[in-house]
Amino acid sequence: MNKMLTFKSILFTAVIVFLIASITGCGPKDKKSADQQDKIDLASDNLQVLDDIKQAEKIFNSLPSPLESAMLIKSAGARFDKSYLNLVENTSKYVTNKSMALNLGIYTCDLSFASLYDQTEIIINYMNAAKKMADGLNILESIDQEAIERLEENINNTDVIMEIVSETFLNSNSYLEDNDQPAIATIVLVGGWIEGLYIATQLVDMSEFDGNKLVSTIIDQKLSIGILFDLLKDNAGHPSIDELIIQIDGIRKVFEKISLTSGPVRAEVDKATNVTVLKSEVKTDMNLATFKELKETVATIRNSFIN
Amino acid sequence: MKIIRVFPILLLFTAFTIHASAQCKGFAKQSCLPELKSYVHDGNYHAAVLVEGEEAELYKTFYADMEYRVAICGADNLPNVEFKILDSNKNVLYNSKDHNYPKTWDFKLESSQQLKLVVKVTNFNQPGDTPSSGCVSIMFGFKVKN
Repeated sequence: MNKMLTFKSILFTAVIVFLIASITGCGPKDKKSADQQDKIDLASDNLQVLDDIKQAEKIFNSLPSPLESAMLIKSAGARFDKSYLNLVENTSKYVTNKSMALNLGIYTCDLSFASLYDQTEIIINYMNAAKKMADGLNILESIDQEAIERLEENINNTDVIMEIVSETFLNSNSYLEDNDQPAIATIVLVGGWIEGLYIATQLVDMSEFDGNKLVSTIIDQKLSIGILFDLLKDNAGHPSIDELIIQIDGIRKVFEKISLTSGPVRAEVDKATNVTVLKSEVKTDMNLATFKELKETVATIRNSFIN
Repeated sequence: MKIIRVFPILLLFTAFTIHASAQCKGFAKQSCLPELKSYVHDGNYHAAVLVEGEEAELYKTFYADMEYRVAICGADNLPNVEFKILDSNKNVLYNSKDHNYPKTWDFKLESSQQLKLVVKVTNFNQPGDTPSSGCVSIMFGFKVKN
């Protein structure tokens, strides 16, 4: 009888540990997860348990995707420069999950950048580089042969190419989120965001620093640094994420030197288009020395990702 | 004894959550992506299984150079899904409840802003019923501002 009780106790404990790990590991961060686990009283009645779970809130921290980052660079009027992309020949260097995840984000950003500038001769190469990273991470069916063939058939159609890039990125990050790998999904996003920031800072024409639209786009990334940190902290404890937190903190410290203040936001509907316009005034200030420091810090981190 | 009674419920709930979460990718692609229409989906994935009355929050930076469409979709078995957009000072800029719960909202910005999106599954208001749960997906599409 005692043996049976002991066996039941061990089984029960093991299952409870599994349950807690499952609940915390999946999907978006549970706002009350730590507190609630402490509060789950196993002696409480069924309704109480269900009620606790029901009240849990989900939080998503959304970074600009590689496609959005590339679009921001183009809309700021920047030119295309292939020399700033990660070489596709580097794919064989990436053998760890961290390096493959970072470079999946980086190659997806490079692919987006090339696509938006109609660089047809390199688009397929970058899609294949991203596919190698996704395959290495065992992200099944993220970028399949059909996507590559569709890309080849529509190589001169930017709209279709963007649709394919968006779809393959969605396949990758949804696979990782749905298969309990949010840390890897976060690393992919960090890789893409850093690559966008790297390309943008490299492309700024220093002779036209004042009033440069690309500089304004870079300053706007200050708005995302807190989101990025929250995203990383959601997955703190994962060794690769802990390393990234230290690296990204270097960028955060430089962004702290940049001034960005916003006045009140008011919403006005454009009745002709039914599009709401969010009106506000923003004041920003970044001096040349701070920009150079940011450019250097971002380049150091990005180069550590690709080498 | 209560432990033994609660345990199967927890196990079933967890198994359901994991299974349902895996299904949200298909739901997002099939039911929500088409809502973006002429806007380019950014490629990001935000979906979760929510229960009636449950809320989710999303933080994102939106840029002055872009026009955006946000699409919020709930599974067919769920009641209306309400969403609100708030600025960094917690001022409500839009509430779908005031517009009969549309699935999408189009907007553009004069200057880049970090905004907060609050999504809430409303209640059917039938006490005693088992609360419904299902996938809720949040998707963003963009295009360069005209």
